[in-house]
Amino acid sequence: MTTTTATDPAVLGALLDRTRAGREFGPNVYSTLDVLQVLYDRVLRITPETVDDPDRDRFLLSKGHAVAGYYALLAAKGFIPVAWLDDQGGPESRLGDHPDRLLVPGVEIGSGSLGHGLGLGVGTALGLRAQGRLTPRVYVLLGDAELDEGSNHEAIAYAGATELAGLTAIVLDNRSASHGWPGGAASRFTVNGWTAATVDGRDHEALHTALTGHDNHRPHVVVAVVTDGE
Amino acid sequence: MREAFIDTMTELLAEDPRTAVVLADISAASFAPAARRHPDRVLNVGIREQLLVGVAGGLALTGLRPVAHSYAPFLVERAYEQIKLDLGHQGVSAVLVSVGASYDRAAAGRTHLGPADVALLDTLPGWTVHVPGHRDEVPALLRATVAADGPAYLRLSTQHNDRARSNDGALQVVRDAGPGAPLLVAVGPLLDPALAAVAGLPVTVAYTHRPRPFDTAGLRALAGTEVILVEPYLAGTSARVVGAALADRPHRLLALGVGREELRRYGSAEDHSRWHGLDAAGLRRSVDAFLAAVPALA
Repeated sequence: MTTTTATDPAVLGALLDRTRAGREFGPNVYSTLDVLQVLYDRVLRITPETVDDPDRDRFLLSKGHAVAGYYALLAAKGFIPVAWLDDQGGPESRLGDHPDRLLVPGVEIGSGSLGHGLGLGVGTALGLRAQGRLTPRVYVLLGDAELDEGSNHEAIAYAGATELAGLTAIVLDNRSASHGWPGGAASRFTVNGWTAATVDGRDHEALHTALTGHDNHRPHVVVAVVTDGE
Repeated sequence: MREAFIDTMTELLAEDPRTAVVLADISAASFAPAARRHPDRVLNVGIREQLLVGVAGGLALTGLRPVAHSYAPFLVERAYEQIKLDLGHQGVSAVLVSVGASYDRAAAGRTHLGPADVALLDTLPGWTVHVPGHRDEVPALLRATVAADGPAYLRLSTQHNDRARSNDGALQVVRDAGPGAPLLVAVGPLLDPALAAVAGLPVTVAYTHRPRPFDTAGLRALAGTEVILVEPYLAGTSARVVGAALADRPHRLLALGVGREELRRYGSAEDHSRWHGLDAAGLRRSVDAFLAAVPALA
């Protein structure tokens, strides 16, 4: 059930333009595109046909404000009709400025308010384990500024202490945290017992290696650094 | 009530593989035997209340029926946004079970007082709220709540009535003063003080352990012109519900409960009941003043 078809950058770009509809996007949107492509092209075991399969992998977009690329990718992969992109945010639209899991097929959580995705991801991983579902993995995409929220500290500490192996956090680090993180974002996870990889957030091969680099004993974090200011 | 919850929840964990308990250290020692038997479904996240509710939301997303438990101010007030977003907004639900009620641990001070819990949950749609008045009401309530699918809150207290009153949550007439008499609705453990307060007065007394959804049909059937609410949490919490239910009728409402002012006093739960006017003598004073204010018909 793994999707191996690479997303055509030109197609994705056109879909993103359709979503954009003349508006300007910030770095928080563009910086997520590469991670999303690698996840949906090569990592996540999920297709439009398996969005309700209890053994699917889960992808939780915690930084819900970076949603435009997510919608474009979901359209490129066939989770949602491309036509939905034309009215993003409109009064009849199912695609808000933050995603709603009850309105968008393939979306696992409604997000937007920062600091909720990782806690929900921890609970999802625990729920899968409690039901003996050991195949699916849970991926949560966060922003580096989002890590400022204390709720993430609670989740990082607990997941590490309990060796929650089914969980992978991805921190899109575009240096937007107001006060930064000395030593890098990864250190905040590793000190709590996670495995970690810090990679160039534009390098698809490096991202793929990192995203599949979990040791199956501990939670894993991939810090995807994007510094080109796009 | 806390022991009844732990005993019944331990049974439910053994009976229903869909159940899970999430703790934030509170009551963790009491759940230790259950945790040994069901290590994947009794989860203690440590003193992390945001995560407590977030984990409950994640468990529910995978199809489990989570029960999250802590002290009322930590469970409901500290984690309010998680309750709003990680449960309601995700379209999933959980059972929240609190202990401590409004001022069970009065000597601990403001940090451990939680009289706003029901009012806070009242800002969110769809919640069922149970406020049992006796420990023997807890097992059936918990079982029915866990078996159902919706969001529910069980508010457990060390305050209690002398005996249990089991029913389906509808208003239950405990004392009937006849048609047209003033109606007093007592919620949970305030039934006994309310009954004592109106001894000798021609006041009908009805009990409920389920203020949400409030039994508005029962209220309309029982209420005359005067309605008195006696609730063990913030005064006026149910006033909006009663007002809406009786909007088409002339009526007067007296809403009694815990005051909003921070008292900055310790003491016992009994002391706080007295200070908030929720002991029998205080309730009697309020009821007398309310009924005395009825204008004489010309």
